[in-house]
Amino acid sequence: MEAARDLGAIRALIAKHKRWDMIFGLCGLLALMIGVLTFAALFVDMAIDGIPRLNWDFFTSFPSRKPAQAGILSAWVGSSLVMLVTAFFAVPLGVAAGIYLEEYAPKNWVTDVIEINITNLAGVPSIVYGLLALGLFVYQFGFGQSVLSAGLTLALLILPVVIVATREAIRSIPQGIREGAYALGSTQWQVCKDHIIPYSMPGILTGVIIGMARAIGETAPIITIGALTFIAFLPGAPLKAEPPFVSFEWLFSGFTVMPIQMFNWTSRPEAAFQQNAAAAGFVLVLMTLAMNGFAIWLRYSLRKKIKW
Amino acid sequence: MVAVSAQEAAPVVAKAEVRGLNFYYSDFHALKAIDMPVYEKKVTALIGPSGCGKSTFLRSFNRMHDLYPGNRYEGEIRLFPDDVNVLAPGVDPIEVRMRISMVFQKPNPFPKSIYENVAYGLRVRGESRRVTLNEKVEEALRSAALWEEVKERLQEPAFNLSGGQQQRLCIARALATDPEILLFDEPTSALDPIATASIEELIHDLKNKVTIVIVTHNMQQAARVSDYTAYMYLGELIEFGVTDEIFIKPKKKETEDYITGRFG
Repeated sequence: MEAARDLGAIRALIAKHKRWDMIFGLCGLLALMIGVLTFAALFVDMAIDGIPRLNWDFFTSFPSRKPAQAGILSAWVGSSLVMLVTAFFAVPLGVAAGIYLEEYAPKNWVTDVIEINITNLAGVPSIVYGLLALGLFVYQFGFGQSVLSAGLTLALLILPVVIVATREAIRSIPQGIREGAYALGSTQWQVCKDHIIPYSMPGILTGVIIGMARAIGETAPIITIGALTFIAFLPGAPLKAEPPFVSFEWLFSGFTVMPIQMFNWTSRPEAAFQQNAAAAGFVLVLMTLAMNGFAIWLRYSLRKKIKW
Repeated sequence: MVAVSAQEAAPVVAKAEVRGLNFYYSDFHALKAIDMPVYEKKVTALIGPSGCGKSTFLRSFNRMHDLYPGNRYEGEIRLFPDDVNVLAPGVDPIEVRMRISMVFQKPNPFPKSIYENVAYGLRVRGESRRVTLNEKVEEALRSAALWEEVKERLQEPAFNLSGGQQQRLCIARALATDPEILLFDEPTSALDPIATASIEELIHDLKNKVTIVIVTHNMQQAARVSDYTAYMYLGELIEFGVTDEIFIKPKKKETEDYITGRFG
């Protein structure tokens, strides 16, 4: 029989190794907490300041010189309309570009250059997009300082995010599925429309919403193209009673958005306006969290149907 | 070409004829001067050690290599009775795939319903009449010996099926379009022995309807299901003949070594 092992020594060794386990675990937890607690502190601080200001009137009032009467009506309507335009342009463009790059583009150096550029575009500071948009959309195309210009600017800004999300989603589709479809005599477009697009939808939508959540908080490019900070009117209604019933006037209307409204109030000396800013910030964070929550829910519910 | 002794009672007709087939993955010469017939309504097995090119050969029949850049064919695979070289540059690979179906190694049902999986090939061919689709789907599922198991739940996702059922679904999908040749690329290598047995039985039944070419790394399987066997090694066709002869008295020493397990 084998001699009895020195169990005491083994246990001492394990105990020593486990100490390092614990030390690293604590370091990691600390690192995590710095991030999470900082955000939580900011959020709670803002909530304490802002929540007392939140009431129905705050959402249905235009900004005002009197802080107690000021509201975020023009800001949240502006943000929503701009987001609508952003999604309308960014989704088809980004998805089409992503599909082309993954499924159609020949694998050569031109494609490589385009790929590298898209990755770089995602890192371009947003103010640069603002400058580009000022020259191109506002002056060159003559869209003016409008909802349309802002929506297009933000669409450009999140386009790389949408493209990358689309490509990631497409890449997660097993090659066997593509081959199965091609083997039945499908053309490339049939494979894309019947398989690639539907199966990558959860990933694409998640990417789109995450991009939108980023865009809704963007301030710099919107200021650059000249969004007004004090707006006491709403863009024209999209539906009308008389023919032709729809109106796109709102696209060319002046506007403001949530972060600009916040910025405007923070720059005021009165404490009551700071409270308004906190309340608007609280609403903006909730809008972002709601969008992210929606993305998570969407991915979860769509993924249930698709398993590899 | 290797002569084939006429053991079978019915006259054998060539469905396809491979002539001087060379295949290149960029610079790699994967298939070397292959000449071989594929007989109509018979099962032809391709055997050989890993990397011998049997799958590459099979995937040449339906031009799957055209999906990836840098691949190149030389030579001919002539399809009868119309005598078309499916490898000719002027022949659209999509046209070839409409005539020659394939079943893959790993079951690859689409994340759609059982019904839509089988109907997909028909939809690709522009069929949208509900009655025709229903008829064809049932017929294909019956041919794939799956109808009884799934007829009550055609609208359920295909992923709910077991691995063996999924593979039979893939066979039904390939059969629904009435292919002239059905290619099997190691169809049972991802399945358990019971599912494997059911697929083998199915292949045996299917040869009355369709010409079959099957790649397998399992020699017992080749012996069980095939009428003709081709032994390949390092991209070359070493020997082709009636399965019984290949397994009982192969003409080449290499074939004998592989089959008796001394090598491979």
